[in-house]
Amino acid sequence: MPLGAYLTLAALVFAIGLFGVLTRRNAVGILLGIELMLNAVNINLVAFARFHADLAGIMFTLFTISITVAEVAVGLAIVIVIFRVRRTVDADHLDLLRG
Amino acid sequence: MTVETLAFAAVAVVLLASSLGVVLTPNLFHAVLYLAAALVATGVVFLLLDAPFLFGVQLLLYAGGVVTIVVFAIMLTERLVGASIQQSSRYLINGALLSAAVFVGVMGFVVQLPAAGDGTAWPADLTAAVGRALVGPYAVPLELLGVLLVIALLGALYFARTEP
Repeated sequence: MPLGAYLTLAALVFAIGLFGVLTRRNAVGILLGIELMLNAVNINLVAFARFHADLAGIMFTLFTISITVAEVAVGLAIVIVIFRVRRTVDADHLDLLRG
Repeated sequence: MTVETLAFAAVAVVLLASSLGVVLTPNLFHAVLYLAAALVATGVVFLLLDAPFLFGVQLLLYAGGVVTIVVFAIMLTERLVGASIQQSSRYLINGALLSAAVFVGVMGFVVQLPAAGDGTAWPADLTAAVGRALVGPYAVPLELLGVLLVIALLGALYFARTEP
C-alpha cells in the first residue's frame, strides 16, 4: 500500500476523534475521542517511519503511547474526583472556572 | 488485489467502523468496547507497516491498560450514580462540519505528498534495533519518560486519596 493510503486512514480516524471530542457531553467520552486522535497520529508516525526507513518515528510512537497511558490515568483520576465533588461528569456543568 | 491490499482494506473498515462506534454509541460502556476494537485494529495497521514490536506495545499498554482504566472509571461512577450513564451529544452539525473541514485540510497536504523513500533499509529485527536505540541516542528521553511515569503515578495517587 502507498504511504498516502495510511495517511488518509489516519486523517479519517483523526477527524472522527475530533468529532467525538466536540460533540460528547460526558468527560469520559471526550477522553475517548482524544484517544482516537492520538492513535491516528501514531499511525502517521509509524507510516512515515516505515516508508523512510527511519527509526525515529517508531521511537516517537513508543514515547507517545507511554505518555498517553499516563495522561489517561491522571485524567480519569481527575474525572472521578470531579464526580465525587460535583456528582456529575457532564462537561457542560463543569464551569467552575468560567469568568 | 494482493493479500496486502485486502488486509489493509479489511483493517481500515474495522478501524473506521469501530471509531464511529466510539463517538456515536449512546452507551458509554459500549463506546469503550468499540475503542478497544479500534485500538487492536490500529495495532494490526502497525503489523502491516512491519512494526510487530509496536503491535505488542499497543496491545499491552493501550488495549490492555487504557481500556481497563476507563472501564474501572465507568464502573466507579456508575456504581455511585446507581444507573447506567447514557450520554447524549450536542452540536452534531457543527462538530461534523468542523471535523470534515479538518479532514479536508489534512488531505490537502496528503495529496501534494512528495515521493516517499524506498524504505528498503528497514531493520530486519525491529525489536533489537529499538532496544539498541533506547540505550543509545534515546537514553535521556527514556529516563525522562521514567520520571514522567513516576509523576503521573504520584498525581493519580494524590487525586485518589481519601480526604484527611
